[in-house]
Amino acid sequence: MKPAPFVHHAPRTVDEATAVLADVGHDGKVLAGGQSLIPLLNMRLASPGHLVDVNGVCGLSDIRVDGSGVRVGALVRHAELERDPRAYAALPLLRQALAHVAHPVIRNRGTTVGSIAHADAAGEMPAVLALTGGLVEAAAANGDREVAVADFFLGALETSLRPEELVVAVRFPLFPPGTGTAFAERARRHGDYALAGVAAAVTIVDGVVARARLSFVSVTDVPGTLDVTEEFAGLEPEAAHWRDCSDRVRAHVAPETDLHATAEYRAMLATELAWRTLAEAASNALTVAA
Amino acid sequence: MSEPMVEQLLDVTVTVNGRPRHARVPARRLLSDFLRHDVGLTGTHVGCEHGVCGACTVLVDGAPMRSCLMFAVTAQAYAVTTVEGLGSMDGLGPVQQAFLECHGLQCGFCTPGFLTTVTAFLCDNPDPTEGQAREAISGNLCRCTGYQNIVRSVLRAAELRAEAT
Repeated sequence: MKPAPFVHHAPRTVDEATAVLADVGHDGKVLAGGQSLIPLLNMRLASPGHLVDVNGVCGLSDIRVDGSGVRVGALVRHAELERDPRAYAALPLLRQALAHVAHPVIRNRGTTVGSIAHADAAGEMPAVLALTGGLVEAAAANGDREVAVADFFLGALETSLRPEELVVAVRFPLFPPGTGTAFAERARRHGDYALAGVAAAVTIVDGVVARARLSFVSVTDVPGTLDVTEEFAGLEPEAAHWRDCSDRVRAHVAPETDLHATAEYRAMLATELAWRTLAEAASNALTVAA
Repeated sequence: MSEPMVEQLLDVTVTVNGRPRHARVPARRLLSDFLRHDVGLTGTHVGCEHGVCGACTVLVDGAPMRSCLMFAVTAQAYAVTTVEGLGSMDGLGPVQQAFLECHGLQCGFCTPGFLTTVTAFLCDNPDPTEGQAREAISGNLCRCTGYQNIVRSVLRAAELRAEAT
């Protein structure tokens, strides 16, 4: 239960960090909060030869909120983003979801960007990035780029990041005016990995549903979105039968059976949470409008 | 997945309970092991070593964090407080006193993690409800008490802190 030996690198700038990453290639791993990575190292499920510890890198600790969205630097801890009043005002879904990320003590150390780069489909923040249609900002010695979330997550713990790239920030765009959001998940114990989780965004325009979308935690291979606008478009939110999305959700999710729950139970749970979060998101949309 | 041929050793100095503590350690030294093996402060207990049990929780710049999920080399940037920094045998801190009064421990293995977690929690929320107290300790496992007396201890610690101010 101790990590295998590695060489520790402590860059002070993004340029230094990306130079090291370019040098060590596939044998390097970026360490930020380490709340997912260090357990993997301790259990020796991963044993990179080089750890690029970015905790001392300048300029990665900012939360920026403007008219286009919320930009979160690579060293922003979950707890900081959860408490940030401007980020909450701009995008309540962030706090709604962050409250479910592990336990408060883990959120004090773990970073939002790190959990996205880790790309665990059982993570809450990849699902949030998917639902917002967010962007990942990657820096590299040979050029920076922005990756749309749809092109970022490839599979379980797998992204389109190249070994020489460092994620310096992620951007969560704002939802259109009139949008309400909600997040719900169920775990065996509060703070454990969710058996299933759902994020929902419902947009109400002129008193009727204009758009309704979902993303999922723990029940899909890759964080992605399910657009259920067709089922509800034009309906007044009070008149919508949110359970009507159930068949679409069932077809979308592909959970697996493990020690904690069967695949069938997880699918049922995702379906139940989906209509409840849609209803709550619609209700929140009306509150926003009022 | 190649491992380096020679273990990298680093000179690490971490401020622990207000004192700089130095040791030459492998880069992979966990903060929990640095505190116990290199500094000799064995009050921090190591349970699961993957962040689940909470026994190794210490305060990092005042915020509770898992010392098994941080490397000593990274901890140099912060001031670390362990259970030894919360009080002394002669003068227990309010949280320690409350756990004593309310029988908030039996075997004591998990206790250091509870004491650090609760100390930080009461700084943020000096007058918690029972529900908030339960939520605050939800990341710490205790296999003896069934948590009832720990919840009582949290609420009693809040009273003791209020009386002291």
